[in-house]
Amino acid sequence: MSVLVVAEHDNSEIAPATLNAVTAATQIGGDVAVLVAGSGSSAAAEAAAKIAGVSKVLHADAAEYANGLAENVAPLVVALASGYSHVLAPATSFGKNVMPRAAAMLDVQQISEISAVVDADTFVRPIYAGNAMATVKSSDSVKVITVRTTAFDAAAAEGGSAAVEAADAKGDAGLTSYVGAELSSSERPELTSAKIVISGGRGMQNGENFKMLEEVADKLGAAVGASRAAVDAGFVPNDYQVGQTGKVVAPELYVAVGISGAIQHLAGMKDSKVIVAINKDEEAPIFQVADYGLVADLFEAVPELSKALDG
Amino acid sequence: MKVLVPVKRVIDYNVKVRVKADQTGVELANVKMSMNPFDEISVEEAIRLKEAGTATEVVAVSLGVQQCQETIRTALAMGADRGIHVLHDGDLEPLAVAKMLKAVVEKEQPQLVILGKQAIDDDANQTGQMLAALLGWGQATFASKIEMGSGEAKVTREIDGGLETISVKLPAIVTTDLRLNEPRYASLPNIMKAKKKPIDQMTPADLGVDPAPRLQTLKVEEPAKREAGVKVADVAELVSKLRNEAKVI
Repeated sequence: MSVLVVAEHDNSEIAPATLNAVTAATQIGGDVAVLVAGSGSSAAAEAAAKIAGVSKVLHADAAEYANGLAENVAPLVVALASGYSHVLAPATSFGKNVMPRAAAMLDVQQISEISAVVDADTFVRPIYAGNAMATVKSSDSVKVITVRTTAFDAAAAEGGSAAVEAADAKGDAGLTSYVGAELSSSERPELTSAKIVISGGRGMQNGENFKMLEEVADKLGAAVGASRAAVDAGFVPNDYQVGQTGKVVAPELYVAVGISGAIQHLAGMKDSKVIVAINKDEEAPIFQVADYGLVADLFEAVPELSKALDG
Repeated sequence: MKVLVPVKRVIDYNVKVRVKADQTGVELANVKMSMNPFDEISVEEAIRLKEAGTATEVVAVSLGVQQCQETIRTALAMGADRGIHVLHDGDLEPLAVAKMLKAVVEKEQPQLVILGKQAIDDDANQTGQMLAALLGWGQATFASKIEMGSGEAKVTREIDGGLETISVKLPAIVTTDLRLNEPRYASLPNIMKAKKKPIDQMTPADLGVDPAPRLQTLKVEEPAKREAGVKVADVAELVSKLRNEAKVI
């Protein structure tokens, strides 16, 4: 048995989600290899070689891999897949885009967002926004899998000393081209790997009021998230969204402010260790999953919370 | 330009899903079914392309049980021109669906196929990418904005770090994300008109595809339940609990 993990990276650093996928790979068993497909990406390949538990890094460096376009990365994954029993990637927007394309080319039914490894053929995955957990068994010759990152601890980023091997690039498919990106820049930790997340919902009323949450977040070293309602209303950008179709988070502490707690939102945060809800509606469903509920007007409670954290 | 829009019949998003006692799946009997919300966004986008004069025909296609025709009727009532129903009673996985859609695409020759990025039942997020692979087309997934050009489309995608824009050659696959548009409600006259629009019916065998699932579902269980905790009286008590009891700050 041997597992290939398709790394997510920005050509210089390995994305933290990759480390969770490596842990899922080690639970499956056998040798774990990591594929770094990028352009000018030697630093990322070297970083991948240091991940604990990784025995080999395959490094494909070519212009067509610069922006992780699925049409270019998938044929590379397909070309390498025959040497492996499993091909994994984190279930991030990158992994979700690339892996089903590779799976179809391999004539394999992908298993999306596994939350547990039962054995080498059998995996658990959430369905219906996490309201049911399905245990599925695959008899495909290669298993193509995306990994729910919150369900697996991160592998240590240091401690490994894998060999880096060059892999042949497969050329530009010529189907898509990268135009540009508007990435949110923030000094705060990344939402999916933050230890503390404070999220706002429709109750925040506007984007300006999110500054109150940012102030608390900065005192706690937290990331700021949001419900779909707050994103749809334009209070904050799409990359803040926590939920079934947004990001899934499982921090040590999740603070939901002015969020009613629709099942689609709960799907993205209910595995958090400690949940705090602040909402003026005591009937809000969020209180059914909260460890600590505070029925209060958020416009009084949040500034008070900020002040209390100074003391 | 013809646009093909696959639509899936799923449990309505407001329904609280219950796992069956025998752990074989979730309860579907007497449960309200609707069009997958992401597919409504796809239908809306296709209709807007037609209204803008970019698209000439919008064809809605659904795969599954006989009642999928209701889902197709919903798309027709929103403004799609005609429907295709691939009748199949068993479970369908994304790979089998993609193979059947490929056969439909080869027959219909659309320039654009718009799919929802995921269905809210199996949450797989695979079909669009798989269809693109099987056709050898480009894919613009998780779209929040589509600008049609000549021979290509410029698509803004919702990604983990923010937004990304790519240019994709036509014919192409687009999968829709939540912010692409707000789907319309069908008006009563349009619902009546939709009843007269044609729906072609065919089977997986007609399309030359074996729809048998590849994965075996061993069991479906309830997730671990989270118990409600305590209500705190004020911010001071909250901070004290977080510091001394939960020890998370």
